[in-house]
Amino acid sequence: MARGLSLVAGGAVSTRSARAEPRPVPAGAGERWRLPAPSSPTLSELFAAHPRDGGWAGFLLAQLDRSKPLLWVQERMAILESGRIHPPGLPGHELIHVEARDARDALWAMEEGLRCSGLSGVIGEIWGDPRALDFTATRRLAVASERSGVAAFLIRLGGSANLSGARMRWRIGSAPSLLNELDQKAPGLPAWDAELFRARVAPPGRWSIAHDASAFHLVAEPRGRALGEVERLSA
Amino acid sequence: MPNLAVERWAKSSASAPDAPVVLTVEGTHGPVIHAVTKAAAERGARAGARLTDARALDPALVAVAADPEADAALVRRLAKWAGRWSPLVEVDGDGLRLDVSGVAHLFGGEEALVRDIERRFAHFGLTARVAIAPTAAAAWALVHHAPCICDDPEAKLAPLHVSALRLDADTIRTLERLGLKTIGALLGVPRLALARRFRGAEDVVDALDRALGRKPEPLTAVPAEPPPRALVRLEEPATHPEAAGQALERLIPDLVRQLQERHIGARRLSLTGYRVDGSTAVASVATTIASREPKHLARLLADKAAALDPEFGFDAFALTAKWTEELGAAQESLVEEPSGERELARLVDRLTVKLGPRRVRRPRAEESHVPECAFSWVPAVSSLRGGKATKQSTRGDLDCFAPLATTATRPQRLLDRPEAIDVIYATPEGMPRRFVWRRAVHDIARAEGPERIAPEWWRQPSSARLRDYYRVEDGEGRRYWIFREGLAGDGRGGAPNWFIQGLFG
Repeated sequence: MARGLSLVAGGAVSTRSARAEPRPVPAGAGERWRLPAPSSPTLSELFAAHPRDGGWAGFLLAQLDRSKPLLWVQERMAILESGRIHPPGLPGHELIHVEARDARDALWAMEEGLRCSGLSGVIGEIWGDPRALDFTATRRLAVASERSGVAAFLIRLGGSANLSGARMRWRIGSAPSLLNELDQKAPGLPAWDAELFRARVAPPGRWSIAHDASAFHLVAEPRGRALGEVERLSA
Repeated sequence: MPNLAVERWAKSSASAPDAPVVLTVEGTHGPVIHAVTKAAAERGARAGARLTDARALDPALVAVAADPEADAALVRRLAKWAGRWSPLVEVDGDGLRLDVSGVAHLFGGEEALVRDIERRFAHFGLTARVAIAPTAAAAWALVHHAPCICDDPEAKLAPLHVSALRLDADTIRTLERLGLKTIGALLGVPRLALARRFRGAEDVVDALDRALGRKPEPLTAVPAEPPPRALVRLEEPATHPEAAGQALERLIPDLVRQLQERHIGARRLSLTGYRVDGSTAVASVATTIASREPKHLARLLADKAAALDPEFGFDAFALTAKWTEELGAAQESLVEEPSGERELARLVDRLTVKLGPRRVRRPRAEESHVPECAFSWVPAVSSLRGGKATKQSTRGDLDCFAPLATTATRPQRLLDRPEAIDVIYATPEGMPRRFVWRRAVHDIARAEGPERIAPEWWRQPSSARLRDYYRVEDGEGRRYWIFREGLAGDGRGGAPNWFIQGLFG
């Protein structure tokens, strides 16, 4: 095996039962939060908290570079289950969309994309736990991404956190959006529950965050206390 | 085109039109006048005279070096352009010969055709003398001596000087000495006597026959440039599947060399395998921007080539660039880093070859308010073009959504087809309270709406119902885009139906 190879074991799958009580509405954005990010582009894995939860897309889009086109690979099952990307909802991004028949095609398309320095990022959505998506496949993506400097995001919809070569592993779910000042009954600025459960460069943690035009912020709880350090997981 | 050289020069230079200018070529004894302007001709300069002689008559003459090669190139270019009148065009010195048999009626008769040709050449500032005759030689004679449309060459040619037969100077001098000054006089002489007298290289009888149509003189058309093609023949039929791949290794360098020579790049390539049993197998690939990079072409074709079925064996392979585009010699950059645009185009090519053009696409904005019609997916291989202007326009294209729809009002994901949901609402026209999608219950904590999108009556049938869109957030914070189709009692169906169409990020 190559030097510097790290075996990253998976974390537990979070099985969040449906809440009877709706979660309280946060008051607003709290202190600024710095996204734990590696020094150079690499492969990040994002697990959607629920396959029909699109929250991860907002979290991902907030950290993408818009100067170059984006390659967005979607497996057929991912399209059927959680919809196709919607260009009017992604203004400012130049997109190339690939509809892959299965995970193997999707992984191949991602790897091809990662060899192309003309892209700002490659996003691949994989449904479930296909056999093609093993440690070797993710490791290949990570190496390709680091070699070309193109950020790669592997989105796992309804998958379990198995063995992976990804440098950052997130679990992202939607959180109640911030208070809408203009209309209290309407959803406001989107917020997410982000859990970093494996990372090379940063300690794991769990945060409730929102993103306004310029930066990520921690979400202030109704009482005014910021979520964050308190709920940090032990690695 | 009698004044081609001068007229081409006049167009390319900025001097006064009435300047006495002569174009000269180098002769054995100093410069010889090749062509003269009108003003120079009035001062005694003639084509064919020596420049010194002409200067003796008028020292004010301005001499400019002629460029016969550029003149010839212009004639060749015009020959292609003259294809608008006839499919068969031949370059003949500084003139063009068009086969107009069966063509004239398309332009309203022969007179109209002649007028059209003269008018269009006049647009370029070129003088064209036009004649139509049953034979090419007769047409040449008439063009140079008496432009007209003639049906009977014998009658029209008879009064013309013998030089109209395109004989060389010595023969003409001999004929003049014999007193045979016109073609009519020549026709009066018995053929046998003529043939015996002029037995040399310049056959007078032959020239006469060609002019009068007694001997055929076929036109040689300007060659249409065939598409670049490389061919490899095998000594023995190859039945193993790698044969095509191995043939490619020899075909691609050959084709790339041809592309380089012609300064073009391939947009569509096809590899044809010729089987021994008289059938062929074809594999085609397309590229996003013109390319003649051997490695790239090889990568594109490799998979397709391997998939060709040899059956009884291939005995030849041909690689043809069916669609080509101009491609100058370009250096990517001094350092190793290749340019983004080109890299991107290659990526699209590779993805398209493997997955198919319908699976590699990019969005294009459409003029519609209905969400699923507001954009369309077009194959990236046909929409992505190299060059900055296109890049900006595609981005501008999408940004025209911006005033209408932002990330806040339009979802990041759209279901291919809106899915029916069961909704519980407080009042029929009021806010939804709870919905069931794919057997999961979502309690709506907050909702915003409605955003009413009316059917496009100019496009949709009259039974289409309006849509009231709501952005809703359930108890967990997941945000969805749902809509109610129709209103109770709008006369376009029963109770309104609810659908879910999008997911917000």
